[in-house]
Amino acid sequence: MIPGRLSDTVGVIPPTEMRVLEAAGPKSPRTVSQQLLRSPTFLIGAAIVVFWIVCAVFGNSFAPHNPLAQQLLATNATLSGAHLFGTDQLGRDVLSRVIVGAHNILVIAPMATLLGTALGTALGLVMGYFGGTVDAVVGRLVETVLALPVIIVAVLFVRALGPSIPTLVVVIGFVFAPLIARTVRAAVLVERDLDYVAAAHLRGDKAPHIMFVEILPNVLPPILVEFTVRIGYAIFTVATLSFLGLGPPPPTPDWGADIAANYSVISAGYWWETLFPALAIASLVVAVNLIADGVESVLAQ
Amino acid sequence: MTAPAAPIEHAQPVTSPGDALVVDHVDVTYRVRGHDRLAVRDVSFRVGRGESFGLVGESGSGKSTLALGIERYLPRNGRVSAGSISVNGCDVLAMGPEALRELRAKTVSMVYQEPGTALNPSIRVGRQVAEVFEVAGLHSSEAFERAEAMLAKVQISDPGRVMRRYPHQLSGGMAQRVVVAMALASDPSLLILDEPTTALDATVEAEVLDLVAGLRSELDSSVLFISHNLAVIAKMCERVGVLYAGELVEEGPARHVFDHPRHPYTVGLLRCIPRGGLRKDHGRLDTIPGFLPSPGAQRVGCIFASRCALADDRCRSEAPPMTDLGDGRRVSCFHHDEAAGLPRSTPVDLALPQRSGPPESVVRLGSVSKTFTTRGERVQALVDVDLELHRGETLGLVGESGSGKTTLARALLGLIVPDPGSSIELNGEPVAADVRGRNREELKTLQIVFQNPDSALNRRHSVRRLIGRAVTKLAGLSGEARRLRVIELVESVRMEERHLVLRPSQLSGGLKQRVAIARAFGGEPRVVVCDEPTSALDVSVQAAILNLLVDLQVAEQVTYLFISHDLRVVGYLSDRIAVMYLGRLMEVGSAEIVFTGPHHPYTEALVSSVPTIDGVPPTRIRLSGEIPSTASPPPGCVFHTRCPRVLDGGICERAEPPLVEVEPGHLMRCHIGVEELRRLQAPAADNH
Repeated sequence: MIPGRLSDTVGVIPPTEMRVLEAAGPKSPRTVSQQLLRSPTFLIGAAIVVFWIVCAVFGNSFAPHNPLAQQLLATNATLSGAHLFGTDQLGRDVLSRVIVGAHNILVIAPMATLLGTALGTALGLVMGYFGGTVDAVVGRLVETVLALPVIIVAVLFVRALGPSIPTLVVVIGFVFAPLIARTVRAAVLVERDLDYVAAAHLRGDKAPHIMFVEILPNVLPPILVEFTVRIGYAIFTVATLSFLGLGPPPPTPDWGADIAANYSVISAGYWWETLFPALAIASLVVAVNLIADGVESVLAQ
Repeated sequence: MTAPAAPIEHAQPVTSPGDALVVDHVDVTYRVRGHDRLAVRDVSFRVGRGESFGLVGESGSGKSTLALGIERYLPRNGRVSAGSISVNGCDVLAMGPEALRELRAKTVSMVYQEPGTALNPSIRVGRQVAEVFEVAGLHSSEAFERAEAMLAKVQISDPGRVMRRYPHQLSGGMAQRVVVAMALASDPSLLILDEPTTALDATVEAEVLDLVAGLRSELDSSVLFISHNLAVIAKMCERVGVLYAGELVEEGPARHVFDHPRHPYTVGLLRCIPRGGLRKDHGRLDTIPGFLPSPGAQRVGCIFASRCALADDRCRSEAPPMTDLGDGRRVSCFHHDEAAGLPRSTPVDLALPQRSGPPESVVRLGSVSKTFTTRGERVQALVDVDLELHRGETLGLVGESGSGKTTLARALLGLIVPDPGSSIELNGEPVAADVRGRNREELKTLQIVFQNPDSALNRRHSVRRLIGRAVTKLAGLSGEARRLRVIELVESVRMEERHLVLRPSQLSGGLKQRVAIARAFGGEPRVVVCDEPTSALDVSVQAAILNLLVDLQVAEQVTYLFISHDLRVVGYLSDRIAVMYLGRLMEVGSAEIVFTGPHHPYTEALVSSVPTIDGVPPTRIRLSGEIPSTASPPPGCVFHTRCPRVLDGGICERAEPPLVEVEPGHLMRCHIGVEELRRLQAPAADNH
């Protein structure tokens, strides 16, 4: 994807030979998707994510029990045929709560990342394209936001605005934007000095056209990679916030909140109440990272 | 294996026990995405002891692959899949890792194209050169002494100082000398030079070539010289092999091959080069039609048949064997007797418009200066440049790198804002210094074709969009009118409608440059800046682009400001030439005068540094020393530090001469009078 860079299989080729063996230029979306479908890393990650998406969308219809139904006679029941993952302190089916609990995280994390990417891309384009004073001023602001620990900023905002899905999306999007802006800015700095930008100036194109129509398509690959990596972090952040009690209010099934509600009874031997939501979070984060790796290696080839 | 016994149809390379290098029926294969692709096919040649052998070919011909194969230094996916290679009688392909290390350390040295990347940027030069001696087993203090002596040998005037420097502190020419010194340090029996001067200025190239030629006679190394530049090969090599698409098509003594080529490809290649003072008035350059076959393509018959005007059914069905022509010449062509009479593929006739009346000024630059400030240091990239462009003419702009050619072009276009006090006039009207302050009429008047189409064309946009946007913005067309204009433009650069949907990565270098030209002509420009438009292209492609530029100029009466470091190309295309040095115009005059003299001593040096393919090389005016830094130009005449004709009495060191009209239409910046220069340069001028 990076111009002039050769595929790993070709190795080091002297400059004069390069033009012959080079799979030159950017890949079309079709070749990218074809290569992704041949990447085992991507496929495994995608399979896990698809599984959780199915759970998030249709979970209520195939979960073995109502995730909210309390069975006060079967609290803290261990794994059994009736409750494959056991029950929690209120006698709710852990398996059903894990399945239905995918919903929140899979709504909030991608939306928040999308918002952060859109914001960060616009910011990065402006910084990289205009440079100079604009870059210096916006750059300092971005660094200020980056200097604050993500969780502390998020906690402050959620406390102030009250926990809800839109709040979480906006807060996480806001704290992610500077990170993406930095990546985009670096890519734009390279593109800005290429002659096609000069050619655009010479036919009278204005700054917005040059930024969004000329430069943006050329910096999409790093943005796409950053986006997939950020989703992984977003899942983590959502889980952390709901663990801290800043997610959707109980009794909504939620992995982070369920861990928070039940971790105090691990010492009593009721490990399944914590382990399965934790595994769910881990599997989703790993899966998203596998997808990110797959996307990155295909785009970098 | 000896010459007389060889059958005439299957000539073997003549080998003798003393050969430094024998390449025998070698194939090199690259494995790309699971498929084997043959990059070099059945190549045989030998380099005798002390001999200099040139391999010439365009990109994709397999020259560098072959060089890497000889060193067993092919990339991981490449291998020598057939044949044998021996250096000093030892089979390179059978060597184990230890023997191979020994071979690379002591027997074979290589010099690459980019001196900047051949040296480690974080290690001082002295350390790097000394390392070569340490590998050979010397102690570090002794190695340092030998390194210093070696640098002195490559004519570095203050080796001690250079050794304490880092590579980025050296100029390109100096760095390449260091690389040559390292290559020769082990006293190799075979020196491989892969495009060693391609990245250097003509004046520096001439120096490095002289140096290599001098050292060769001294050190008794054999040389394998690889270049796309036929003139450089003609200058440096006794024998030459011509590679085409991975095959050796012709081999023989360099002089004979270039004077009487016997393979149609060699004939075509030589005709693509504007040489022997050829100018556009004499007609179009010839070109080689078609495209290089893609590497690894299945071949039936002669590999060149699809591009050859002499090809018949036999050529298309049967591969021509290497035929021995005697005198050490071999050629693989059925029609080698008729090669000299190869029909032209491009008609020569070109109706240049007759110019009458006084030249009409289109652009006038008035004392344009540009000062860059980097880290508190003021660098004067342009100093009071006054220049006029006339309607329908080509003004060639020449000078070494760093002379301010590109800065001048960018200032004219408004991409760089010149210092206050500079004026730019279009058709007599002053225009805004910044491109963003210019109106559509002014924008469409001035356009540019950039050097590197990969950078100049947005790689995410299709050809239709690339040209269409220019038509929309500059010609103000939309809808059906725009569609028709785009097609018209694409056809005017000899491309087809089917190319419209393609993206730049799907086009060859020549086609990309055509798209860039079509885009520049989108709004019927009056002046087009051509900034080294052919320097990234092969000669056969270059010829086609030069023809296209001339045809468009004839049709549209457009003015070119043509920047190039290749004086033959500038000479072919230009009506007038301006010579720049350290941001100043040194000479402006008609192409004829600037080339043949009397000319400025700097121009004289530039002109004589161009290697020629024909006949005896001209007596070269050597330039001593490095190009001074633009940040601290020498006092007086800026050229006096390198001028071979500097005057006694110190006027050159004290006062900067003005740019004055020494003859009608001929401006020069020199203390020496034009008549005196005419007298001084008279004997040299005969040779041009």
